[in-house]
Amino acid sequence: MVSKEDVAHIATIADIGVDESELELFTDQFNAILDYFDVLDSVPVGGDAAPLRANVFRDDEVVPSLPHDEVLMNATDPEDGFIRAPRVI
Amino acid sequence: MGSRYSFAHSDPHNAFITICREAEYGEGPLSGIPVAVKDNISTAGIETTCGSNILKGYIPPYDAHVITLLRSAGAAIVGKTNMDEFGMGTTTETSAFGPTLNPADPTRAPGGSSGGSAAAVASGMVPMALGTDTGGSVRCPASFCGVVGLKPTYGRVSRYGLIAYANSMEQIGPLAENVRDCALLYSVIAGHDPRDGTSLDLPAPAPLKPEIAGKRIGVPAEFFGEGVDPAVASAVRSGIDRLEGLGAEIISCSMPSMQYALAAYYVTSMSEASSNLGRYDGVRYGTAPDFVRSWHDAYSHIRKTGFGEEVRRRILLGSFALSAGYQGKYYAKAQAARQMVRNDFARLFKTVDMLAGPTMPCVALPLGETSDPLSMYLADILTVPANLAGVPALSVPCGTAHNLPVGLQLIGQHGAEDEILSAALAFEEGSA
Repeated sequence: MVSKEDVAHIATIADIGVDESELELFTDQFNAILDYFDVLDSVPVGGDAAPLRANVFRDDEVVPSLPHDEVLMNATDPEDGFIRAPRVI
Repeated sequence: MGSRYSFAHSDPHNAFITICREAEYGEGPLSGIPVAVKDNISTAGIETTCGSNILKGYIPPYDAHVITLLRSAGAAIVGKTNMDEFGMGTTTETSAFGPTLNPADPTRAPGGSSGGSAAAVASGMVPMALGTDTGGSVRCPASFCGVVGLKPTYGRVSRYGLIAYANSMEQIGPLAENVRDCALLYSVIAGHDPRDGTSLDLPAPAPLKPEIAGKRIGVPAEFFGEGVDPAVASAVRSGIDRLEGLGAEIISCSMPSMQYALAAYYVTSMSEASSNLGRYDGVRYGTAPDFVRSWHDAYSHIRKTGFGEEVRRRILLGSFALSAGYQGKYYAKAQAARQMVRNDFARLFKTVDMLAGPTMPCVALPLGETSDPLSMYLADILTVPANLAGVPALSVPCGTAHNLPVGLQLIGQHGAEDEILSAALAFEEGSA
């Protein structure tokens, strides 16, 4: 079972604003969905079920990228060729 | 380039988010054919929103690889189709641009998430369209609207320029009025692209010809399990009888990993989404943040107002599944279950050429009826296994239930698009 506090904590971590009024709904829905996910508890570990995956990296080759002005064309109010962001501290 | 296509259709089903009334086209196999494109595929100079408020006004500075291929093939790109926000839905109702109506019955949803593409084809606005399929998002609306839809093998079609939702599973795929047009559009978009690190380098698709006689078709009992509407099951069983009548050998089989497939799919896709959608902060593109607020406050606020409820729910659940203390319980188990699904397909494909069953457990749902998220997720049970394993799968119309279209799903081995398209063509034309 997750609590309203758990959902609020995750919302903070994920930077997703959640209203107090939504917390209850999300919490109920999360518990129903997580209950369903509990079927995974019976998945056998090891053996044939071990995922056969590995990271494969390509060579880091320099290739042409987009022109500066096209990169900035969707940013709000860029300044001197830089994007603007809210203050961090 | 040089010729212009005038696209004069009205859009009574809200199939499009953006319509391009005048579209340039050139020479090639799709010369002058109007093609609609799902709104999560980047189109240079044409607004691309993913059905979300957070990307309203976003104009991609570059074309997705499939768009470059469409243009080279002479297609006229006539617009961007409606979709569940970021592909997260089974009805196209989570779009920020309002629901799309199903042309087969406008009181019902077209399925999703590529509902706009399916409705554009089913209503005759375009003969073919591109959708994307992460857990069934091409095949579901194809089934519900009565058109043909193909999810290619993972890696067969470049994802360069596709705006990511769950990148280990999604593929761009064609929807069309008939199997020949579906195969034609597929032949244009399939191919290797070094800009997609998971792209496969395979031979070009073979010319399409109807071929079903002698094929061994497995029918897993689990595909007709609990939750499948008996009227849908009956229509699909009749379809499978027709396959047999055309000379296919029908073989009963079993796919035990189906019990884990849906949970494995949702844990994986939500986890990937929570990471992929972290990029929407309004800073580089999309709705601008409030520069007066501090970073986290501005970021949380824009993501609350810019994302719809379903997208926020999935980001939160994905963040939870990946959070400290829960990774082993959810994400790691989901990957083990995913391997079980792959192993099941590998085992079955030693004795059968393809699998058949219903695409969806039900017919198109009435608009406004799916308010409970879990029940919406459960409708994807028959489509997600192909995405977990990366194998190709298509939906072809096979009759009706409750006077609404029903899709027959054919699932093939990795790289066997030609084989399932040939079988679907034989089925559609009623010839072996």
